[in-house]
Amino acid sequence: MSEVVKIATRESYGNALKELGAEFPNLVVLDADLAAATKTGVFKKAYPDRFFDCGIAECNMMGIAAGLATTGLIPFASSFAMFAAGRAYEQVRNSIGYPHLNVKIGATHAGITVGEDGATHQCNEDLALMRTIPGMVVMCPSDDVEAKAAVRAAIEYEGPVYIRFGRAAVPVINDRPDYKFEMGKGVLLKEGKDVTIVATGICVDSALQAAEMLKADGIDAEVINIHTIKPLDEDIIVKSATKTGKVVTVEEHSVIGGLGSAVCDALCAKHPVPVKKLGMQDVFGESGSASALVEKYHLDGKGVYADIKEFLK
Amino acid sequence: MTNLELQKMANEVRKGILTAVHSAKAGHPGGSLSAADIYTYLYFEEMNIDPKNPNKEDRDRFVLSKGHTAPGLYSTLANRGYFPVEDLKTLRKLGSYLQGHPCIHIPGVDMSSGSLGQGISAAVGMALGAKVQGKGNRVYCLVGDGEAEEGQVWEAAMFAGHRKLDNLCVILDYNGLQIDGKLEEVCSAEPFADKFKAFRFHVIEINAHDFDEIRAAFKEARETKCQPTVIIAHSVKGKGVSFMENNCGWHGKAPNDEEYAIAMADLEKVGEALCQK
Repeated sequence: MSEVVKIATRESYGNALKELGAEFPNLVVLDADLAAATKTGVFKKAYPDRFFDCGIAECNMMGIAAGLATTGLIPFASSFAMFAAGRAYEQVRNSIGYPHLNVKIGATHAGITVGEDGATHQCNEDLALMRTIPGMVVMCPSDDVEAKAAVRAAIEYEGPVYIRFGRAAVPVINDRPDYKFEMGKGVLLKEGKDVTIVATGICVDSALQAAEMLKADGIDAEVINIHTIKPLDEDIIVKSATKTGKVVTVEEHSVIGGLGSAVCDALCAKHPVPVKKLGMQDVFGESGSASALVEKYHLDGKGVYADIKEFLK
Repeated sequence: MTNLELQKMANEVRKGILTAVHSAKAGHPGGSLSAADIYTYLYFEEMNIDPKNPNKEDRDRFVLSKGHTAPGLYSTLANRGYFPVEDLKTLRKLGSYLQGHPCIHIPGVDMSSGSLGQGISAAVGMALGAKVQGKGNRVYCLVGDGEAEEGQVWEAAMFAGHRKLDNLCVILDYNGLQIDGKLEEVCSAEPFADKFKAFRFHVIEINAHDFDEIRAAFKEARETKCQPTVIIAHSVKGKGVSFMENNCGWHGKAPNDEEYAIAMADLEKVGEALCQK
């Protein structure tokens, strides 16, 4: 068996910015003293004149990004999810969302896979916060391939976009010749008839692993990758729920307000079925290695499998 | 424009403020009136703008960071020809484009603002964007003295000074009053001049109601290189309306019919006196 390639999506972010910098001369990047961690340093090295370090002042950075956007530039404002979506929430809402400016927010170190830094830096609420802003596109790519595609899609789209990236290296799962990224479209990764697993971000891989384990038990799970939380591809979810009658959502995020809530919103309105929301169950994270945390909070393949088995009992 | 013409126009801007706020039965007359002369000078003399083409590429930009004084901005824009003066009466009403706080979709408004501390960051971004693209336009930003209690104002000042954004001119409307009372009694950010100097700004202090001083200050700002400028404009809150002057009760309250009549009579009197000159 060939070794699985693992890349952190924050690496993909930095690499994509650098690659696309040549194609889009009006692309500029901002950071708040975390360029080495968010990987925007890769862009900075290639295009020093188009990189603006705002210092440790994320709220101001969002406002500066807004001002830059009014001059025709395409700014990517970068920080950890905790500070981009959390600390600067109101700046993102009022200075970027309300005027509907062409600002892209690249938020890295999202979720519990931040690891050892612990709860203060593990943002499990960003998808919920960003979803509430009218007109904001919210994306959460699952691997290197998808992360790079999401950055390009954000540039090609006119308007505010939030993209969530992770710190930990994760398996590349979309490396196939026919892979196509379409903002706002879910991806059917595996067909099944007994239960639908809707996953986002790094949990897509866990969902695929869980589906394999369920197969051994004679349970045929359908797996859908939702890389765009907003606008949500309701059709693919409703269609699948109509077939299976049961839905499980999996996200490295609070079960309040993120993918699970978005899926429930859609199903409540269009095709109510029982839904089990897997994710952070209204708790803060804690220090530990990314893999230990993912295991503890049942976001790895085994944990997702166990929770789905419980749900299907 | 001559100083006399500017004074007459500022008086018209003040009337528009009163009319808008009276019609809305809500809004912020005090800080709109204190900055009326600054607004007038910016839009009738200082800035490169075209009311017939509000979005022209090379225009100077203005961000009203103290966005609650939107009536002052709207009245100035209306008098400058961006939209009918009559529309000021629709301020804050359902269906009107004249929102309670500035909105980027209003003709002549360059940035949505009003959540204090945020406008100045956007103005800094506009100045940076102009610089890096080699555009020659200038960016003006009006900040409130109470607003300067927001930490974001100083984050923005730090960045502007660090980046030597000499195409940025911040005007601090220093009327000394905020909602809860005098700045000195609430939580003053004084000394303003020292703070801005510390953030590498060129600092000019003026009387906000003297057009000679206003004119000289903006000229000096334009000529200042390698650092942003702040004009600390010492003003009178409620300027021009006898019972509103230096009274923080008129920060965010509309005059009733009787008060409106007195206020307009005050301004008519000023207008008549200016016509005698």
